[in-house]
Amino acid sequence: MQNRKSVCLGLMLAAAVALPALAQQAPVKIGMVTTLSGPGGYLGQDIRDAFKLAIDMNGGKLGGAPVELVVEDDALKPGQGKQIAEKMLKTDGIKIMTGIVFSNVAGATVPDIVDAGALYVSPNAAPSNFAGKECNENYFVVSWQNDSLHESAGQHATNLGYKKAFILAPNYQAGKDALAGFKRLFKGEIVGEVYTRLDQTDFAPEMAQIRSANPDVVFQFHPGGLGIAFLRQYQQAGLLGKTPMVLAEPSLDATTLKAVGDAALGLSVTAHWNTDFDNASNKAFVEAFTKAYNRVPTYYASQGYDTALAIASALKATGGKADVPALRKALAKADFQSVRGAFKFGPNQHPVQDWYALKVEKGADGTPVLKTSGKVLSNHSDAYAKDCKL
Amino acid sequence: MTLVLEQLLNGLQFGVMLFLLAAGLTLIFGIMGVINLAHGSLYMVGAYAAAFAAAQTGSVIIAILAGLAAAALVGMAMELFVLRRLYARDHLDQVLATFALILIFNQSVTLLFGRQPLFVSVPPALNGSVELLPGLTYPIYRLIIIAVGLLVALGLYLLINRTRIGMLVRAGATHREMVRALGVDIRLLYTAVFGLGALLAGLAGLMAGPILAVQVGMGEQILIMTFVVVVIGGVGSIRGAFFGALLVGLVDTVLRAFLPGLLRQVMTGSEADALGAGLASMGIYMLMAVVLLVRPKGLFPANV
Amino acid sequence: MSEDAITHTGSPAPSTGRALMLLALAVGLIALPFLVQALGQPALVPLATRVLIYAIAAASLNLALGFGGMVSFGHAAFFGVGGYVVGILYRTYVDDGLFLGLIPGTSQLLITLPAAILIGGLLALTIGALCLRTSGVQFIMITLAFAQMLFFLFVSLKAYGGDDGMTIRRRNELFGLNTRDDITFYFICLTVAALVFLALWRIIGSRFGMVLAGIRQNERRMAAIGIAPYRYKLAAFVISGMGTGLAGALMANYLRFVSPDMLHWTKSGELMIMVILGGVGTLLGPLFGAAALVILETVLTSWTEHWQLILGPILLLVVLFTQGGLNGLFNRLGIGRSER
Repeated sequence: MQNRKSVCLGLMLAAAVALPALAQQAPVKIGMVTTLSGPGGYLGQDIRDAFKLAIDMNGGKLGGAPVELVVEDDALKPGQGKQIAEKMLKTDGIKIMTGIVFSNVAGATVPDIVDAGALYVSPNAAPSNFAGKECNENYFVVSWQNDSLHESAGQHATNLGYKKAFILAPNYQAGKDALAGFKRLFKGEIVGEVYTRLDQTDFAPEMAQIRSANPDVVFQFHPGGLGIAFLRQYQQAGLLGKTPMVLAEPSLDATTLKAVGDAALGLSVTAHWNTDFDNASNKAFVEAFTKAYNRVPTYYASQGYDTALAIASALKATGGKADVPALRKALAKADFQSVRGAFKFGPNQHPVQDWYALKVEKGADGTPVLKTSGKVLSNHSDAYAKDCKL
Repeated sequence: MTLVLEQLLNGLQFGVMLFLLAAGLTLIFGIMGVINLAHGSLYMVGAYAAAFAAAQTGSVIIAILAGLAAAALVGMAMELFVLRRLYARDHLDQVLATFALILIFNQSVTLLFGRQPLFVSVPPALNGSVELLPGLTYPIYRLIIIAVGLLVALGLYLLINRTRIGMLVRAGATHREMVRALGVDIRLLYTAVFGLGALLAGLAGLMAGPILAVQVGMGEQILIMTFVVVVIGGVGSIRGAFFGALLVGLVDTVLRAFLPGLLRQVMTGSEADALGAGLASMGIYMLMAVVLLVRPKGLFPANV
Repeated sequence: MSEDAITHTGSPAPSTGRALMLLALAVGLIALPFLVQALGQPALVPLATRVLIYAIAAASLNLALGFGGMVSFGHAAFFGVGGYVVGILYRTYVDDGLFLGLIPGTSQLLITLPAAILIGGLLALTIGALCLRTSGVQFIMITLAFAQMLFFLFVSLKAYGGDDGMTIRRRNELFGLNTRDDITFYFICLTVAALVFLALWRIIGSRFGMVLAGIRQNERRMAAIGIAPYRYKLAAFVISGMGTGLAGALMANYLRFVSPDMLHWTKSGELMIMVILGGVGTLLGPLFGAAALVILETVLTSWTEHWQLILGPILLLVVLFTQGGLNGLFNRLGIGRSER
């Protein structure tokens, strides 16, 4: 008697749980492995917040399909990122993954994701090895290929007519790629090439070297906190205003700009996106982001948002089904309104896009802002696409 | 020539900064026998408190006081609630406990201030450069840091060598049990020393704010360097911390500034730059290894 | 950690209680993959694999740290270099070249693991020979210094990926097994871990282990009875480095990736924390410690992004209120043997 009662109760409960699930489509799960702790935490936070914003703006849906975003912190540890991805893929059966900020986490995590037959859409990191020979049909990059950031800076320095450049970057892979990328499109002479240390915070010796080399222009790549320190010390050394500087967007995003303040006035930055881009998608994004989070979106945020839009376009095409081959086909068309304007994928599923010159100027309220001043490169792809056989 | 002089000044300034952190660490190390991995967190606390106070009030004085007070109070609380229980334990338990404290501090700061680095500017009066010698201009703010650091060093020297507290500190470093047997309230002394060490770390943090980035994890970046200084100088010795810090500051700066140039004489440009940068990064660790192999107790051991 | 704990750990005849516990542990570890499959949590197999690999590294570190009294803050060097042995050999194998113009590459686990052990041992011999001239805090720092030098070396080695690390597209091969399969790889790691723990147990119980314990307790006394402490300590340090190198090689295979992250000082700290958490100077302590830390991190990160705010206090409570880590806690709760 007792037994039967509980069975009945169980059935009723099961029905109660199952019915609403049947009535409304089960949400598509999207896994996000990103960096939320440590000095690089604000990058992951912006990507996540913008991605969430895109979902919230569409009433909890992407491309008409209800979605559930699962976010976990990789703490900038490759092993932890991989572990999280394994769990998302195997236990939760997630088919769409995104979120990784740093190249070394991507190096450990992305091969597992694509090998498991899931889709990875990168909102930031895009190391060169996945762009060329090792490209994969399940791997898409919405942001840029790492080198493009610095190639655009090199082109911009050439356009501005500088002849002698002093270039600096931290002594690690991304730093070396940055200097190589800059040199690829810079036509002038390199009068000094300095590798700083990854854990270096005091740049006084480098400032002295720059002053003594007396270049036309300085190009430096120091992301996040390193960049803040570099720019402050550049100003304090009296170089700001004397020697112009060209840099790529990782060295001066909206967050570091806020922390640096007036020490950034007059700098030239190259970027694929800026808050003032005049298109409907961007206006909606910047307004909603500022309202929701009470801060200016960084370009990381724009990439997180674009990634969400790209995934939305694919889900729309498949009618909300997490069917990887169909999603892949739809995604490759890049049928969405990117906040950066024109956007399409190249043969290696990395972006083909325009690069712009920005200038740091005083904004309406007196704080420095980034203003777009012109185009540097059009329909720019990357040097690795030709090695990719998809 | 002016370039060399300027680089030496840079090395001095960096060394002075390291000294402020190393002084507290070496005292805590030497007197209480505690390995405090969370010392860098006190540096972060000082920087954040000062940056926050400056943003709220706009007053430099309040910012300085806030930074110092926050670091000292947090340091003393840390001693009272956690480290006091660990004096009798071995180093390993202290390592684990202070590592746990790092996690707690970093995440608390993230919760309180967010993940975005904070904005701090150099006080307007100190913003600018002076010409020290013809052709050698140097930022005023950095000169102030050098001056403050040297003053602190002098003050600590007088405190340790000329006062009763200093006597107790010196005695405590070498003969802890004896001092206690003589009826000195060693617990109060410990808390005071810890507070002083934390205060100096906070001072370093608040002065670093306008130069570096005020962000989560800033303490760990400099922590290892500080340990290197303490060990090179000799654990427990303020004098050692001072000379160790200057040595590390100068060696690090000079290697970074001149090694690639020297290597470029004998090899091609970009190779020399990469190799030079690599060697310069390893430089201070090699220095430490050499010093310890020649003088296993450091340059100025406290107990002799 | 009491002194008698050391001498008893190595006693060759385990009590029945302890034997039962070991048996239960062994059965549990062997049954684990099938159990979690049945429970529909297949991702727990790789998690357990990670625990085993870290347990090997932590247990090896424990030989130096707990049994030899050498507090090494630089074991990430051996861990990372072990990983790079696998990475570099694999890269050389794929490119069909010769490493340093001499050594052909390979992707055979039976070659890469011994190679990692060998290189780990040689590195430990070099570092240990120099570092053991110091002791105490200086020893902690000088081991850290060597690890940092290697970290910066690998960061600036562009040929092997620098800071971005290098991807190992395929796991090493072993007897035609499918090493890519999670359960297969789990059992490979379990076998290796069992062998390592067995070897450590034998070492600790041997005359060498006794002498080592004696040196740890009173170096001068051992010197007085005609034993040269330096050689014994160096030997223990080298064995410790070998084991850690082996763990690094397995980790590189597990991740299919190596990067300087494995050499960073925080990795040395993590290994140390596993040892302390589990119980310094106990044979199985590092296994518990590795399991506790890895599982806690995984559970907490999936629970909240502010996981550090929970992990920190937990670690703090463990230090403040348990003596001798988890192993000590188990003992006091009456689980396993009674050694105190």
